[in-house]
Amino acid sequence: MHALPPQPDVLVVGGGTAALCAAITTRRAGASVLLLERAPKGERGGNTRHSRNFRYVHEGPSPFSAGAYPETEFRSDLARVAGRDQDPALLRLLIERSRELPDWLAHLGVPLQPVAGGGLPHSRKTAFLLGGGKTLLNALYAAAERLGVAICYGASVEAIQCDEPSAPKVVPRTAAKDVYRAAPKVVHSVDYSLEGSLHTVSPQIAILCCGGAQADREWLRTSWGERADGFINRGTPHAKSGLLRNLLSQGIAAAGDPAAAYLVAVDARSPADDGGIVTRVRSMHAGIVVDRDGQRRYDEGADTASTRYSAWGQRLADFPGQIGYLILDRRGLQVEAPSFYPAISAPSIADLAQQLGLPPLALERTLSAYNAAVSPRGANANEGLLPPKSSDALPLTEPPFAAYPMRPGITFTYHGVAVDARLRVRHREGGVIDNLFAAGMLMAPNLFSRGYLSGLALMIGLATGRAAGEGAARDAFDDGR
Amino acid sequence: MPLMMGVEQPTAEAEAEAQRALHICTVCGYCNGLCPVFDAAKRRPRLAAGDLDQIANLCHHCRSCLYACQYAPPHPFALNLPLALARVRLDSYARHAWPQPLARLFANPHRAALLASLMTTLPVCALVSINVPVERLWTVYQGPGAFYQILPWGWMVLLAGLSLGWSLLALGIGLRRFWHASTGTVHSAYEPDAPPEPDAPPPLRRALPALATALREALTLRHLHGGGAGCADLDARPSHWRRRWHHALFYGVLLSVAATMAATLYHHLLGRLAPYPFWSAPVLLGSAGGGLMLVGVVGLGWLGARADPAPNAPDSQRANRALLWLLGAVALSGLLLLLWRETPAMALLLMLHLGLVLALFLLLPYSKLVHGPYRLAALWCDAWERQRQLQAQEQGGSTDG
Repeated sequence: MHALPPQPDVLVVGGGTAALCAAITTRRAGASVLLLERAPKGERGGNTRHSRNFRYVHEGPSPFSAGAYPETEFRSDLARVAGRDQDPALLRLLIERSRELPDWLAHLGVPLQPVAGGGLPHSRKTAFLLGGGKTLLNALYAAAERLGVAICYGASVEAIQCDEPSAPKVVPRTAAKDVYRAAPKVVHSVDYSLEGSLHTVSPQIAILCCGGAQADREWLRTSWGERADGFINRGTPHAKSGLLRNLLSQGIAAAGDPAAAYLVAVDARSPADDGGIVTRVRSMHAGIVVDRDGQRRYDEGADTASTRYSAWGQRLADFPGQIGYLILDRRGLQVEAPSFYPAISAPSIADLAQQLGLPPLALERTLSAYNAAVSPRGANANEGLLPPKSSDALPLTEPPFAAYPMRPGITFTYHGVAVDARLRVRHREGGVIDNLFAAGMLMAPNLFSRGYLSGLALMIGLATGRAAGEGAARDAFDDGR
Repeated sequence: MPLMMGVEQPTAEAEAEAQRALHICTVCGYCNGLCPVFDAAKRRPRLAAGDLDQIANLCHHCRSCLYACQYAPPHPFALNLPLALARVRLDSYARHAWPQPLARLFANPHRAALLASLMTTLPVCALVSINVPVERLWTVYQGPGAFYQILPWGWMVLLAGLSLGWSLLALGIGLRRFWHASTGTVHSAYEPDAPPEPDAPPPLRRALPALATALREALTLRHLHGGGAGCADLDARPSHWRRRWHHALFYGVLLSVAATMAATLYHHLLGRLAPYPFWSAPVLLGSAGGGLMLVGVVGLGWLGARADPAPNAPDSQRANRALLWLLGAVALSGLLLLLWRETPAMALLLMLHLGLVLALFLLLPYSKLVHGPYRLAALWCDAWERQRQLQAQEQGGSTDG
């Protein structure tokens, strides 16, 4: 076992984008920094590993995006998906910080992919990381190491200990409101386990950047019941709920909606964790979607924009057994974008049903009802079909027939801790914990607790990580020296 | 040796792994700014044997994509595209080489370098021994024509002409096979409604404009820029050193070729016989070339020895090292010959240098040296495909996402 890291001025909990931005910023300001990443080195970086682009406000042209993205447009985009109830100061922070991102990243050696090179999906509002999120992580970890941030992998933070003279030392696990007599004001130490033993570190300031709890099946079950067992986790297996539960049990104010999650339709054959971008199923509009009883439940043609991925993710969560099947024929199969898993195919619908374990008669009946309702020209099938299919309603008659089994793929949860405009963590009784900051997806529910915009998570991680790092550095030097 | 078996039995395993990897890459697409491999794979979704040959030879083994890959080990998908393509690439050299028995003879790279050196140096020695009595080998020869007292000019030209001529013929046949395989499946990619023409390579004339692009990309090693950031020469950290060392080596070889051509001009036009004085074009070009070659050999050898082994195929590494040894020996023997040409060591050094240069010629179609022509061909084919894709988009207004 190697030597334990020294006591730092600032402790950063987490190892993704927000954590690295916070650590780098704080360290640059002169503080000594310890970063505790729960994952082993090979799996470091949280869900940033699976990301590709970040959203940023830019009033003029940029080499990394196909046009300007003014502040007003970002505000209305965010309001459209997530409402307008964000703390205005926090929203301002996000917008202002996002403007500087391309320059700031370039300075740290993070390569972005210029639009001029071609090959990128058209995007005016986001910039693409050359090589994707893992390249960003490699560059930021290298920068952090260069600057002298102490990085500890496989270190799982279990609890935050707050100074609270009037409360009992032992904090009850379940957080009933009446247990608390006074709000804890200051973090005095942080407990983490590393290679099987428990350690304590007492920083002046802690910055929490440990993301959501989407990989924690038990935690999901508390909100989703047994439906959670049918989910596939698209990202890091290290997004657990331990620290969040510990915080909430100590009276930290929650943000967001514990019963909501961002779900995307993914292939049911995907690995339990970390399937990432390649497991998405995308062409629902090219066929029909049935449940395990062979019944259609939704209009497959209603939504053909990229929002359909999450629309179907949510729907699948309510399918019996959380499983659905995209059924295609030969023509539909040609429409389906390249997918990681091959389609399951069969010469007839009955054979296909058998391979999938669906009731053959029910599937045949569903298909013939659908085929009877569509015209061969196939614009829509709104009459005589329930649910209707409002676009791409072509008959499914050309063998071979094919299917993609689908499950809801959980991407992130909308549940975290509440923060003030300086990103300090709030207490339920009012006020903030002075020396406890939060950044990234852990506090993202302060900004949106439903919907999603492409590149928003990385935007929040980068912008709030930097802001929290600057705030922490300022406070560390004000208090101590 | 694995490579020996590879010549006979192409590598179902290497192909299957490259197919699996490229398929994931096509669905993911995050790396498409790093190099042209990813767009090429997208254009050739069938990933048949010829497609793999093309894509594997388009790959410059920059390795950035391994470190950028979220599906690389320890992820269960265990994606390692540079390694998969390195295996297919090495296999493509062996499969397309002509004639196969000779390719098999030279399959082990280090043994091949040694064998070829013996095959060329021994005849040189034999010819010299006919010409010069052994006891006079240690004489100091000076003045114009000194070299030709050891081995007459005509013999030198004959030996060089025979080995180089044979090698260029063999290389040409190999290249032609590669070109047919790698371009054979492109036709249908832009005209999905047209009947597939699996065996129709592009008409050369129509593909000519793309050759200029390909030459530019080859001479600047454009795809060893990692999309601008640099490549993973040692590990995840981006670097430009492999490109720089390769430039030193390649342009060093070119300068050495230029030195030989300058010497030919001196010989025929000016009637001046080698050895030439230091301040003459052949010597200046040759010593600059030899020096650059040595710099490149040492730089590339150092990178190769220090690099993270994960994305490297051991067989490829062996082939690289063998070639670097040979090139280094050629350069060093040439420089020493220049340095000591007026000493008793001249005759031996001349025989050694001549033998090594001839060995290099002989191994041209059967060593890592083929990567140059094959890569140029792959770049040509790729430039031509991109050009056609652009035309198809302009005409049809269709885009691919």
